[in-house]
Amino acid sequence: MPPPINPDLRRQVIAIYKELIHLGRDYPQGFDWFRPRLHAAFMANAHLQDEEQIRKGIERAEFVRKEIEALYYLKRYRTLRKRYDADA
Amino acid sequence: MSALRILVPIKRVIDYAVKPRVNKSQTGVETAGVKHSMNPFDELSVEESVRIRERKSAPGGVEDICVISAGPPKAQDILRTAMAMGADRAIHVDVKEGEDLEPLSVAKLLRTAAEQHKSNFIILGKQSIDDDANQTGQMLAGLLGWPQATQASKVEFGEGDAVTVTREVDGGVETLRAKLPLIITTDLRLNEPRYASLPNIMKAKKKPMEKKTLADFGITAERRLKVLKVTEPPPRQGGGKVEDVDGLISKLKELGAI
Repeated sequence: MPPPINPDLRRQVIAIYKELIHLGRDYPQGFDWFRPRLHAAFMANAHLQDEEQIRKGIERAEFVRKEIEALYYLKRYRTLRKRYDADA
Repeated sequence: MSALRILVPIKRVIDYAVKPRVNKSQTGVETAGVKHSMNPFDELSVEESVRIRERKSAPGGVEDICVISAGPPKAQDILRTAMAMGADRAIHVDVKEGEDLEPLSVAKLLRTAAEQHKSNFIILGKQSIDDDANQTGQMLAGLLGWPQATQASKVEFGEGDAVTVTREVDGGVETLRAKLPLIITTDLRLNEPRYASLPNIMKAKKKPMEKKTLADFGITAERRLKVLKVTEPPPRQGGGKVEDVDGLISKLKELGAI
């Protein structure tokens, strides 16, 4: 029999998934590109039972979230810099 | 030191990543069905006001951060985004689609708004990426008779209402010092705006948003400027490939470069 699901971790996983879905709407390759890949990445770890492993997974998702936010910021910064700075 | 009451005017513009298309009558660009978002320079000003509060850099503290936007009903979306980033409340001034205000009208509107809300600190984007006028902040400073520090790349607070602003100029930086009340316009390197997170967007729905009309500010959408014609820039001339060094030299000679 599988061990009982930790409701707190379950909530965290769903929250970060929703957060990433929200971020994905602005993804450069499009939401239709982003969504299946995000889903696949989460499904690939759906079998995890060990709490430590799940926490690591959440940490990784947080890392990806920060990376995507940084990507958006840099993309916008570079575009604007090219547009407005004559020597950029 | 008096507590800061910050007013942050923001504008809804065509998203920076969208390539604008000129409409058929050559009077402007197509806006229907095009992705819009907050003017990137205004995001910088919202972020800066929130940072002043979070980092407690102002000795008197931040009492209030109010965002204001004049535009069609959809401008409320960007006001919500600004509140999700950390602004306290919003004012939406309803302007019909296509009846865009000119910088002078916006400055007059903001003067009244600043007086009504007893603001002592106004942070604007230096320009909007749609008309690129770069005038509103300066005009507002003139109307209010306040000091202005345009294109700020750093904002610091000192004792007794003093504010030090660093701005990037050709070949270096310039440091300005002024006392409150003050108007600042933001440059690209002022800060890194945060992304409005999903929980914060939900919380922002509960923050107050006042709805006003132009008449509340004693303004009409009169036009002093007339757009004669809007056209696409000439297409870029493609480069050519040369076979070898001799080809390159003869090509350069042909163009008169050597």
